[in-house]
Amino acid sequence: MSHETISAAQAAYLQSHKFHKIRIQLYRVGILALFFILWEASARLGWIDDFIFSSPSKLIMCFYHMTKENALFFHIGITLFETLASFFLVMACSLFVTILLWYSKSLTETLDPYLVVLNSLPKSALAPLLIVWLGANYKTIILTGVSVSVFGTILNLYIGFSEVDGEKIKLIETLGGSRRQALFKVILPANRANLIGLMKSNIGLCLVGVIIGEFIASKCGLGYLIIYGSQVFKLDWVILSIFILCIIAMALYGLIRLLEKKCRITD
Amino acid sequence: MQPLLSCSHVYYSYHTLQGETPALNDIHFQVNEGEFVSIVGPSGCGKSTLLSLLCGLGSPESGSVSFQGRPIDRQNRSRIGYMLQHDHLFEWRSVWKNILLGLEIQKKLSEDTLLEADHLLKLYGLYPFKDARPSQLSGGMRQRAALIRTLLLHPDLLLLDEPFSALDYQTRLKVSDDIGSIIRSSGKTAILVTHDLSEAVSLGDRVIVLTPLPAGIKNILAVEFPKELSPLERRNTNAFKDYFNQIWKELNPCEP
Repeated sequence: MSHETISAAQAAYLQSHKFHKIRIQLYRVGILALFFILWEASARLGWIDDFIFSSPSKLIMCFYHMTKENALFFHIGITLFETLASFFLVMACSLFVTILLWYSKSLTETLDPYLVVLNSLPKSALAPLLIVWLGANYKTIILTGVSVSVFGTILNLYIGFSEVDGEKIKLIETLGGSRRQALFKVILPANRANLIGLMKSNIGLCLVGVIIGEFIASKCGLGYLIIYGSQVFKLDWVILSIFILCIIAMALYGLIRLLEKKCRITD
Repeated sequence: MQPLLSCSHVYYSYHTLQGETPALNDIHFQVNEGEFVSIVGPSGCGKSTLLSLLCGLGSPESGSVSFQGRPIDRQNRSRIGYMLQHDHLFEWRSVWKNILLGLEIQKKLSEDTLLEADHLLKLYGLYPFKDARPSQLSGGMRQRAALIRTLLLHPDLLLLDEPFSALDYQTRLKVSDDIGSIIRSSGKTAILVTHDLSEAVSLGDRVIVLTPLPAGIKNILAVEFPKELSPLERRNTNAFKDYFNQIWKELNPCEP
């Protein structure tokens, strides 16, 4: 409901809310600024060895040189592509398998122990096998990214599907609806928040999986840059890559938040 | 005259690993067109199970249920409307979208049905809340929206499974009066399942009294009031008290 005029108390509340938000933003930026200042000072004053720990100014120089050589954005692009491909594959496969499980109780009971075992398995153990089967290329890396989160997503999504009130499904049946209509009219809309929650955690998990894959089976990407940089003692590369990974993780998470907001608006 | 619904010697049991629980025991009755039948019985006696069988959501172990002269199948099942204990309006849909759910499912969305939906919203005082979310409605309004969702499908028979049980007492009186009057004025045939004797007597033309689990028919009582009385007005008559006491004694034979 909109009011043309607001009371003094409401105006004061809105003002204090605005100040609170600004204060929190300032704290956040302040912590980051303090960290970089301390880091730079420590390196310049010789408290830390900047060959091992690098420094913000060295990272900026490193960023400048790598950008000039067009190398950095190539590596970022590769990692981003692999992460997004893994993410879409995870969401599509999980949704497909969960729908099958929801349709067939027998299938759920049959596959339950397999899903539990596969979910508990450390996925990095699969990576060497994948290299032998698929080769040291992007397919292996994408599959490693997928394997990290797909089984957990199926299990979580299935719990969400089965927790939907049975009476709501009964309502669809009483209105003459089929199971397919129950899926599209009740199960999927009722699990929208669950799906977005899983998307938020999966985008990060896929990035983790892709970096593990790039450590083992790649000649490009930020994971490769980290592992190669540590081997040739180019620690600026390593630390810069880690910073970029942080920014990518935040940006991808922000993208899902944006999608969430868009879903709410179009409700 | 052929009855609209016929329930012939129906038996039904639940099966679990722990054993078999008989739920319905030789249920036999008929419902004529335009009649409002109330079914009362103690909680957990199998009333909802009976209603599920009556609308074809399950099949009896023995006996049969026929609707408009033939067994219930996918085709004639769509002629039966069902109101559940809770309104089950979906929060992710507006009130308007919620009432259109049945039409969407039965692929009956057309200009005419949309106009009718609009008309019913106005008639039952929900038009200003057309774009609201169900959580913005009161309990009574929600039930009215659920009724519109059912009525838009033009069912020949309405099954009401304790549709007022989730409401507080005052709202319950008001909503049962509202919905009872709506059903009567539209000339619909209805079967109401309830454990509330007052509700059963005030709304029904006949009251079927069930025994505790497994549910069997203890008695079928004809309830007669002047036609012009609304369900709420029926409650103020002496006849209402007599019917109430009679059913009370059927359900509690040991009490004085």
